[in-house]
Amino acid sequence: MTQINRLPSGGRIDRAQSISFSYNGKTYTGMQGDTVASALLANGVDIVGRSFKYSRPRGIMAAGAEEPNALLQLGATEATQTPNVRATQQDLFEGLVASATNGWPNADNDMMSLVGKLGGRAMPPGFYYKTFMYPQSMWETYEKFIRKAAGFGRSSLESDVDIYDNINQHADVLIVGGGPAGLSAALAAAQSGARVILADEQSEFGGSLLHSSAQINMLPAADWVKDTVAELSTYDNVILLPRSTVNGYHDHNFLTIHERCSDHLGDRSPLGKVRQRMHRIRAKWVVLATGAHERPLVFANNDLPGVMLASAVSTYVRRYAVAPGSKLVLMTTNDYAYQSAFDWADAGREVVAIVDTRTNPDSECVFVAKSRGIKVITGTAVIEAKGSKRVTGAMIAPLNETGDQLTGDAQLLECDLIASSGGWSPAIHLSCHTGSRPVWSDEAVGFLPGDTIQKQLTAGAVNGSYSLDACLKEGTEQGLAAARNAGFEVEDVVMPVSAPVSEGKPMALFHIPHSKATSRAPKQFVDFQNDVTAAAIELATREGFESIEHVKRYTAMGFGTDQGKTGNINGMAIAAKSMDKSIPETGTTIFRPNYTPVTFGAIVGRNCGDLFDPERYTAIHRWHIENGAKFEDVGQWKRPWYYPKSGESMQDTLNRECKATRESVGLLDASTLGKIDIQGKDAREFLGRVYTNAWAKLAVGKCRYGLMCGEDGMVFDDGVTACLGENHFLMTTTTGGAARVLSWLEIYHQTEWPEMEVYFNSVTDHWSTATISGPNARKVMEKLTSDIDLDGEAFKFMDWRSGTVAGVPARVFRISFTGELSYEVNVQANYGMAVWEAIMEAGAEFNITPYGTETMHVLRAEKGFIIVGQDTDGSVHPYDLDHGWAVANQKPFSFIGKRGMARADCVRPNRKQLVGLKPKDPEAVIPEGAQAVNDPEQAIPMEMLGHVTSSYYSANLGHSIAMGMIKNGLNRMGESVFYPLADGRVIEAEICSPVFYDPKGERQRV
Amino acid sequence: MFYIYCPYCEEHREEEEFHAAGEAHIPRPLDPDACTDEEWGEYLFFRTNPRGLHHELWVHGVGCRKYFNITRDTQTYEIKETYKIGTKPQFTRAEENA
Ligand SMILES: [Zn+2]
Repeated sequence: MTQINRLPSGGRIDRAQSISFSYNGKTYTGMQGDTVASALLANGVDIVGRSFKYSRPRGIMAAGAEEPNALLQLGATEATQTPNVRATQQDLFEGLVASATNGWPNADNDMMSLVGKLGGRAMPPGFYYKTFMYPQSMWETYEKFIRKAAGFGRSSLESDVDIYDNINQHADVLIVGGGPAGLSAALAAAQSGARVILADEQSEFGGSLLHSSAQINMLPAADWVKDTVAELSTYDNVILLPRSTVNGYHDHNFLTIHERCSDHLGDRSPLGKVRQRMHRIRAKWVVLATGAHERPLVFANNDLPGVMLASAVSTYVRRYAVAPGSKLVLMTTNDYAYQSAFDWADAGREVVAIVDTRTNPDSECVFVAKSRGIKVITGTAVIEAKGSKRVTGAMIAPLNETGDQLTGDAQLLECDLIASSGGWSPAIHLSCHTGSRPVWSDEAVGFLPGDTIQKQLTAGAVNGSYSLDACLKEGTEQGLAAARNAGFEVEDVVMPVSAPVSEGKPMALFHIPHSKATSRAPKQFVDFQNDVTAAAIELATREGFESIEHVKRYTAMGFGTDQGKTGNINGMAIAAKSMDKSIPETGTTIFRPNYTPVTFGAIVGRNCGDLFDPERYTAIHRWHIENGAKFEDVGQWKRPWYYPKSGESMQDTLNRECKATRESVGLLDASTLGKIDIQGKDAREFLGRVYTNAWAKLAVGKCRYGLMCGEDGMVFDDGVTACLGENHFLMTTTTGGAARVLSWLEIYHQTEWPEMEVYFNSVTDHWSTATISGPNARKVMEKLTSDIDLDGEAFKFMDWRSGTVAGVPARVFRISFTGELSYEVNVQANYGMAVWEAIMEAGAEFNITPYGTETMHVLRAEKGFIIVGQDTDGSVHPYDLDHGWAVANQKPFSFIGKRGMARADCVRPNRKQLVGLKPKDPEAVIPEGAQAVNDPEQAIPMEMLGHVTSSYYSANLGHSIAMGMIKNGLNRMGESVFYPLADGRVIEAEICSPVFYDPKGERQRV
Repeated sequence: MFYIYCPYCEEHREEEEFHAAGEAHIPRPLDPDACTDEEWGEYLFFRTNPRGLHHELWVHGVGCRKYFNITRDTQTYEIKETYKIGTKPQFTRAEENA
């Protein structure tokens, strides 16, 4: 293909470097400096998509972020697929592969249009609301259809191969937008020494100046841009971020910038290069110099390929040396757009006419046009575009002064390009992100940024100051103000100047009348991406939607990736008019982050794969891996789950580990249990307040089990606390509850009882804990220590001793979660591995068996020991657990939980209570979560009595066991309940004590 | 994302370092056992949820671990002040002073 629309000279492209790329399976050639959009236009590609609902052909309409139609699916390989890229924002590179996202199966000859524009008929405004009211079966049919038809791109099915990055930054002054206002603001602020960040979404700084024919400081605007950027890059305190979209303005001047570092270099990033980077910026002051978007005019068939924004025509001609057509009709409500006709004429193309909707414009530009021999037709509008796949003509008709009525017959002007300008809509998106309501300005014919509590200034077109000299002036002033507000001294700077141009008043016109009523005229599009027409908005208001937020949701105007950039103002104005209200009365919807789509890669940065979530390892982790452990995640900890030997099933392993521990000795890595060191003269009293049981008499050298409840009386953690000294305790918590318990202690100390002298410190990671458990545990210990008296009378159950184990200082706790004789050996974490290995060696003659969390669970369940969070769920108080023995109601201080568990609901009969459950079939393991019923034959819904919380096969007992909640269960010992399962089986179980093994607790005391 | 001044560390830090811990100034009744179920329920479950200025308890969880209070506007998210436990806010809603 040849670049039939490429102008022979001009533009900011490098004609020496031609670039080949693929679009919808065809190969095209563009030039270095092109965007995909300019290259497609250069190649005469008119249709770049099919519309969302009506499946109409669509062409490129704009040249920047506001482009609603030309959405691309990018990627030469599956792994590099990227959806929702605007062709106007993607730089061309060699080998680029793109396809149209809208349009299925292809944009030129779309299947949807063959099936009779089913979408249009099936999806009137309010489609989603109307459909949801119908039975759900309808929705499923529609949904498939909508998803295919909508086709807003797809994500890759493979992992992204590129590197993404996040960076946190602080700025004194962040300037958003690098057009005339932003550049002059940066120049002013830079001289103050403030740390300045200037971000602009385009590949080059300059904004509108890149296609402007104006002069600044007596130089061509583009030269001034070049000099200014060169000067800014000499400042150490200035960071220039091109290709960087400020996408979100969040609370307290926190802004996110999406930088596309190497999207323009290739399908994959060059080796070692980051593809995209998310800057998270905390800025002292922000200057929004975001400019304005040109508003298209709303007329019949205004979505035909060949209808463009006036400023886009100038951009393509002057920046990219592309003339997307040959015969131009320009329709405008204002002076600014005249320049597009001049640019078109300068490019040697024919201007058929400038159609000015104003009745009697006498601005300078009108005379310039006439003096150049360009026909200007005033008081007239283009009411309809003619053509099927491309504009072939424009129907024009005279218009009254207020723009709401045609005053004469229509006539046809032959052309292949219609450019329209309804004026400018300030790009106020960012100022709205934090909740500021925009304010309508009749003078600017647009919404301007409203009051904000953010430290935000605005400059240039975003304020409705559309002329170049005003942009330069405001930019300089606001750049200085921002620097001064941020605390920097700055002398007055020299302001860049541009010759002022006399301006005529623009006309506020949002909807061009047609000779037929809106509902009967050919479609007049307001929101191109969501296929919202003027007729649909009028219908919405007729159906009673009066709030603009409702109209938006009813019609889908301003939805999706478009965020109403070109359509919102026209749509609100049409809604207002149809309700006989003013635009300020109707108000506007609020823009939300993000301004343009952000990739997941940029959001996630490096936090993916292995770095997705932190993992915590104990000091013995490597040994566990080397010995074949399977791991279980407990919070962020990786805990050994079980240690299978070759040929073993999981159950085989558990049976072996369980029996070895009960018959000889087992070893558990218990290092993950939370450990909180508590000191201070009030430590003991504090324990008494946060635990339900008594602590006043616990002697040094002793340990005690404690239950912790919330103020509602419900159990939320448990563990053993040891008295290390009169004012010194070591509390253990559940593995998952450690951080929560520490905050709990802190909040009560700091907010309720600050007069108490007590200090808390997490020491979980400081200690490595190896639990030796089983009848031979003492024999193993005897080989490891000589300075701890292990005699059963000298070192009793629930005592702790300090001494030397395996040659290192240790604290040894005689506490037991298995019901066997147990020693928990705590050593400084960096000795953990050596001590573990010494224990394994000492225990070898007793066949010491390492076991994991699953065996620990089975062994403790055989003993009826609860696991908080498994056997409790936040609705269970100590009496429900039959743990009344751990509640000391006679304590003088009303401990946390006491009042809560005395509430009427907590003392009522028939509460669910934790009991043991012995299946009648000794091999049947009831699934955890199964619900008990009294009679499995009763009609559904059955009366449910409670669920199974823990359930295992016990090799030691030779039958299955379980624990679970049963209504009034503690008074139903010996009775049967039934567990009907989803697979049709019913398991019968007897309610019993949860202590299945060694009910007198003799084994742990030996 | 808030930018929060910790009154103990005496500097602004990012919200990621903090945790919200609910409404401030809800003291535990001095004699819980004397409370009716209704009074206890009021203490446990009922919060003001105002539109406008709200006093909140926060903790500098990955900083100094201190709890402190914030007066925050629930409409604009502006933080008016942060202050230590045991001190009074400078900014209040009209009805708080009634
Ligand atoms: Zn702090």
